[in-house]
Amino acid sequence: MSLLDYFRSTKQSSASVAKERLQILVAHERAVRNQPSYLPALQKELLKVIQKYVQVDDDAISINFEQDDQQETLELNIILPEEQAKNH
Amino acid sequence: MARIIVVTSGKGGVGKTTTSAAVAMGLAKKGHKTAVIDFDVGLRNLDLLIGCERRVVYDFVNVINGEASLNQALIRDKRCNQLYILPASQTRDKDALTKEGVGKIIGELSKEFKYIICDSPAGIEKGANLAMYYADDAFVVTNPEVSSVRDSDRMLGILASKSRRAEHNMEPIREYLLLSRYSPDRVKLGEMLSVEDVQEILSLHLLGVIPESKSVLNASNSGVPVILDEKSNAGQAYADLVARYLGEDRPLRFVDLEKKGILGKLFRSRA
Repeated sequence: MSLLDYFRSTKQSSASVAKERLQILVAHERAVRNQPSYLPALQKELLKVIQKYVQVDDDAISINFEQDDQQETLELNIILPEEQAKNH
Repeated sequence: MARIIVVTSGKGGVGKTTTSAAVAMGLAKKGHKTAVIDFDVGLRNLDLLIGCERRVVYDFVNVINGEASLNQALIRDKRCNQLYILPASQTRDKDALTKEGVGKIIGELSKEFKYIICDSPAGIEKGANLAMYYADDAFVVTNPEVSSVRDSDRMLGILASKSRRAEHNMEPIREYLLLSRYSPDRVKLGEMLSVEDVQEILSLHLLGVIPESKSVLNASNSGVPVILDEKSNAGQAYADLVARYLGEDRPLRFVDLEKKGILGKLFRSRA
């Protein structure tokens, strides 16, 4: 970094970095907090069932719960390993 | 019926006990009979900040276990006869507190007192849970700093789900934000989250802002709740906050940098 860059750089203030980080984190934690309490158990059991048939990693499944005034959405994502998927 | 206030935060060291001592003294000085309970079993400190540590004979756990009566354990403040302190036990552990025991004592206090302040320990364990369980109002003490804001938000989740009001589907606890250790000059430099930033993230009703102030350490050094230091900015900020809680309209102070010209500086140095 040249001296000129040093003067030119519009460095973000540390307070605004803190604010951004907090906004993301807090939003995420609130979303998790409002999830139904059966989600972690559901995720574990689904994973067991899937692993009976397909060799997937423990983190290959993700469950997403979203809620608005109108509806609740349960989104289930399973990433199958490429080769095995072909064999079946 | 008494109004039960929990002073909470999740994070330690943000000023819960300082706030409990100041708010309790403030309410008592306004003529309301007030009891303040230290829930930090094993690590009591409220007695030190109020300056009654040498008068502790019986404690909260003694009363729960029936080893002393409530009247024996309550310490009446020498400066304000409307203020009573119920100290925590220093020798037991937090399991000495039970929901039923705490409920019984709060029920008894409610007959006699207008306000009951529950000074919560840090963390989210038993002591903290019991301190907020019976609350009507919560003062969430927060520093303008990332870990404190995050922990406060976590505490809000617990207040909304694990309190008596939540469990019985009653009107929820009224939550108030109390921002402490605030430095307007560092906010101006962009080094500290502003009042607006914290409010935006937590979306809480702001009850007051306590500036970072030397008077807070001086007050705790000498066992005098900082609200009694009427010349200090922190003392005045606490007085404003108590007045606001009681429904008075007081503008926020000490949140902006004081604009001082040379004349102002001269004048101030003489004052």
